Amino acid sequence: MSDQAQLSTRHLLGIKNITSADIDLIFHTADEFKEVLNRPIKRVPTLRDVTIANIFFENSTRTRISFELAEKRLSADVINFSASSSSVSKGETLLDTVNNILSMKVDMVVIRHPAAGVPVYLSKRIKANIINAGDGTHEHPTQALLDAYSLKEKLGNLRGKKILIVGDILHSRVALSNIFCLTKIGARVRVCGPPTLIPKHIASLGIEVSHDIKASLRWCDAANVLRIQLERQEIPYLPSLREYAQYYGINAAMLNEVDHPIIIMHPGPINRGVELSSDAADSNQSIILQQVENGVAIRMAILYLLASKN
Amino acid sequence: MSIFGVLMDRGRIILKQPRFNLTLLRLAHQLIENYGNFENTCIIGIQPRGVELSDRIYTLITELIPNHQAKYGKLDITFYRDDFRLRKAIKANETEMDFVVDDLRVILIDDVLYTGRTIQAALTALNHFGRPCNVDLLVLIDRRFNREVPISADYIGYTVDAVEEAHVVVDWDLNPLKNEVRLYKKKLID
Repeated sequence: MSDQAQLSTRHLLGIKNITSADIDLIFHTADEFKEVLNRPIKRVPTLRDVTIANIFFENSTRTRISFELAEKRLSADVINFSASSSSVSKGETLLDTVNNILSMKVDMVVIRHPAAGVPVYLSKRIKANIINAGDGTHEHPTQALLDAYSLKEKLGNLRGKKILIVGDILHSRVALSNIFCLTKIGARVRVCGPPTLIPKHIASLGIEVSHDIKASLRWCDAANVLRIQLERQEIPYLPSLREYAQYYGINAAMLNEVDHPIIIMHPGPINRGVELSSDAADSNQSIILQQVENGVAIRMAILYLLASKN
Repeated sequence: MSIFGVLMDRGRIILKQPRFNLTLLRLAHQLIENYGNFENTCIIGIQPRGVELSDRIYTLITELIPNHQAKYGKLDITFYRDDFRLRKAIKANETEMDFVVDDLRVILIDDVLYTGRTIQAALTALNHFGRPCNVDLLVLIDRRFNREVPISADYIGYTVDAVEEAHVVVDWDLNPLKNEVRLYKKKLID
């Protein structure tokens, strides 16, 4: 393996436009950062001359904190910006807002926005490295990378492993990024959910589609359970959350019926009792908190690798 | 020199067998002379090439003093380099340090001491594992006229006086009888 550690891109806009070699490199680097995070002093001076702006036009708990912690662990200078407390509410355009921030000598931008394509739009207009922290219903690459990394920790090589994605596939950027990421590293992917929440033609991405949750659980090695994104649903796609929970909600009894242990994942926030019951979310099969822990190491790896691409 | 010339530069052997292995044995004896049974002491190899040397030194010490008390670790300094963003990124290596260095005597080991910046980064990295009692530096090759920071080695295998463009490579072949040190006129890869 070469000693050079370069990504093929200077922005992380989505998983679709990175290579499987990039994913391997990110995982390898994350391994080393995970070791750093277990040291008595969990900080390295690597990005001491780098300024990073976290620009969040949408609410976030885990992703924002995880990025901020990753940046601080790398000794970067961090600026946090959220749309609710900014001049955006006074009518400023996106490009003006970002250019104003960049004029303060910012090297990297972590951006979350409700409109799909915003990170790509910015990457063509500004100099800084862009990291997509979620754009509309398009992609959430860092979540997909930390999901696949957490799975790899549990299952080893993911080639040929069967991964199920359950829930609101139509509105989920996590689902799309996960599909791109898992298929690139050779895993088999199946999506499962009510027909109204599965996009047409999604099977053309090289995945399977099912509407039978029990059969899908028997099929899979791991299940990534997604939230029903009511905030993105302009028309009702479901009769009720109660009905969704009845047909697609996963509980411990369903997991016990399967003859092999299934890993349960969730990108958060969990709607307990809807897509996942508490006894399943808190069971030994759940790696939800490991996902959060790995998120910091994965984001440190991405920041580190992109910072060297200037 | 043309690219062809650089590729054709097969290097000049400056430390060959059996002297190479005798040098390692001498370094191991020097450590034993000063550290006894290595109580309160840890040996730390710097990844990746320093570890080749520290593995050999640690094995020799264990053969000479089977019940020595030295702890052994491997330290990667990739995230501590001061030339990050000035050069192509280098793939990180594994750090294996299952102890803290508080109040320990540390023997830091690298294969070639050149500008001194690797050791500077290693000392910064070491601080993140505690406050050592003292730190000694052991190197196989000391390029004494190329230093960029005021760092010197306490244990030296062989001293090389070479111009700055020259490149010194220790060949850590799996067969110890084939290990040797070569001096090239120019660095082959950056």
